[in-house]
Amino acid sequence: MTTLLIAEHDNASVKDATNKALTAAAAIGGEIHVLVAGSNAAAAAAEAAKLDGVAKVLHVDAPALEHGLAEPLAAVIVALAGPYDAIVAPSTSSGKNVLPRVAALLDVMQISDITAVVAPDTFERPIYAGNAIQTVKSGDAKKVITVRTASFKSAGASGSAPVETVSAAADPALSTFVGEALSESDRPELTSAKIIVSGGRALGSAEKFKDVVIPLADKLGAAVGASRAAVDAGYAPNDWQVGQTGKVVAPDLYVALGISGAIQHLAGMKDSKVIVAINKDEEAPIFQVADYGLVGDIFEIVPELTKAL
Amino acid sequence: MKILVPVKRVVDYNVKIRVKPDGSGVDLANVKMSMNPFDEIAVEEALRLKEAGKATEVVAVSIGPAQAQETLRTALAMGADRGILVQVDGTVEPLAVAKILKGIVAEEAPGLVVLGKQAIDDDCNQTGQMLAALLGWPQGTFASKVALAEGTVDVTREVDGGLQTVSLKLPAIVTTDLRLNEPRYASLPNIMKAKKKPLDVKSPADYGVDVTPRLTVVKTAEPKGRTAGVKVASVADLVMKLKTEAGVL
Ligand SMILES: Cc1cc2nc3c(=O)[nH]c(=O)nc-3n(C[C@H](O)[C@H](O)[C@H](O)COP(=O)(O)OP(=O)(O)OC[C@H]3O[C@@H](n4cnc5c(N)ncnc54)[C@H](O)[C@@H]3O)c2cc1C
Ligand SMILES: Nc1ncnc2c1ncn2[C@@H]1O[C@H](COP(=O)(O)O)[C@@H](O)[C@H]1O
Repeated sequence: MTTLLIAEHDNASVKDATNKALTAAAAIGGEIHVLVAGSNAAAAAAEAAKLDGVAKVLHVDAPALEHGLAEPLAAVIVALAGPYDAIVAPSTSSGKNVLPRVAALLDVMQISDITAVVAPDTFERPIYAGNAIQTVKSGDAKKVITVRTASFKSAGASGSAPVETVSAAADPALSTFVGEALSESDRPELTSAKIIVSGGRALGSAEKFKDVVIPLADKLGAAVGASRAAVDAGYAPNDWQVGQTGKVVAPDLYVALGISGAIQHLAGMKDSKVIVAINKDEEAPIFQVADYGLVGDIFEIVPELTKAL
Repeated sequence: MKILVPVKRVVDYNVKIRVKPDGSGVDLANVKMSMNPFDEIAVEEALRLKEAGKATEVVAVSIGPAQAQETLRTALAMGADRGILVQVDGTVEPLAVAKILKGIVAEEAPGLVVLGKQAIDDDCNQTGQMLAALLGWPQGTFASKVALAEGTVDVTREVDGGLQTVSLKLPAIVTTDLRLNEPRYASLPNIMKAKKKPLDVKSPADYGVDVTPRLTVVKTAEPKGRTAGVKVASVADLVMKLKTEAGVL
């Protein structure tokens, strides 16, 4: 049994999502190789080589791979897929983008977003916004799997695997990168943060979001999240959305400010260790999952809380 | 240019589903069904492209039971021109859906296929990418903006770090994210008109596709429950409990 793990990286370094998916890959068993496909990504490949339990890193470098476009990246993975029993990637936006393309090219039904490994061919995955957990067994010869990172701990990085350079498959040249607008921030990333402070529709404006949510997050050294309503209204950027169709998080502490607790939001945060909710409606569904609930006006309570910390 | 929009009939997003006590699945008896929300966004985007003179026809397709005709009628009432139902009972996995869609693409020759990014029942997030693979077409997933030009389409994508824009050669696949647009409601006259629009019924065999699932569902269980904790009376109380009881500060 050999698994190919697709690393999440930005060419310079490997993202924590890789460490988490590695833990899932290790639970499947067998030898693990990590693919670092990028452009001038030697530094990322060297970092991947340190991940615990990795037997080998495959480093594929080509200009077409700089931005992780699905078409050339899928071509690279499919070209390498032959000897592997499982191909695993974290359920990040890039993993979700490329892996189904790989699965279809290999004529495999992908198993999306696994939350547990039951056996090398059997996995648990949430359906219906996490309101049911399905255990599925794959009959495909190769398993193609994305991993819900919030469900697995990060693997350590004290190893030293060899890095093998492999040439890239031809770029199908179907798409080109135009540009990106990435949010610059010194904050911890949502999906690896220990503490998250999230704001909802109740904030009412981008200014209020900044004045009320951000200072509390700063005080706690927290990442900032948001409900869909807050993102749709433009109070917070899209990459802050937590939920069924946003990011799934499981920090030690999740603070929900003026968020009602719709099932789609709960889907993204209900596995947090401790949940605090502040909402003026004591019937708000968020209180059904909150360990500590405070009924009241966020505009009064949150500044007070920020000060008290 | 023709646009193909696959629409899935799913449990309405407001319904909190129940797991059957024997673990055999989710109880769908008498549950409200609707068009997958992301697919409404896909239909809307296709209609806007048609209204802007960039597309000539919008064809909606659904793979599912006879009742999926209702979902197609919803798409027709929104403004789609024709519907195709590929009738099949039971679960059809994304890989099989993608294969059927490939067959329909071969017949219809659309310039663009716009799908939802994710069906809110299986939460797979696969079908569009798989269809792109099977066709050898480029893909613009999780779109929050679609700009159609001569021979190419620029898609702005919602990614983990923010937004990314890619340019795809046509024909191409686009999957929709929540902020691409706000879908219209069908007006009563349009609902009436939709009843007369053409709707073809086909079967997977028409496209030579075997829909036997590749995954066996061993069991379906309730998630680990979470019980409501306590209400605290004040900020001071909250801070104290977070420090001593929860130990997270
Ligand atoms: C296909 C689909 C996917 C979706 N995906 C997601 C997702 O990934 N993530 C997500 O979050 N949502 C998602 N949603 C949306 C979800 O259904 C809810 O609409 C959304 O989560 C509501 O956001 P909210 O709680 O901020 O707003 P609301 O539901 O409007 O809640 C606002 C809350 O603030 C409280 N409040 C108001 N003023 C104050 C005040 N001054 N002080 C204290 N409390 C106050 C109110 O009591 C209320 O409970 C999705 C929906 C669909 C259809
Ligand atoms: N049975 C189906 N009929 C029509 N479209 C479908 C079907 N299943 C999936 N799709 C399309 O594929 C998208 C993604 O679905 P999924 O990969 O299942 O999450 C949906 O939003 C639909 O646009």
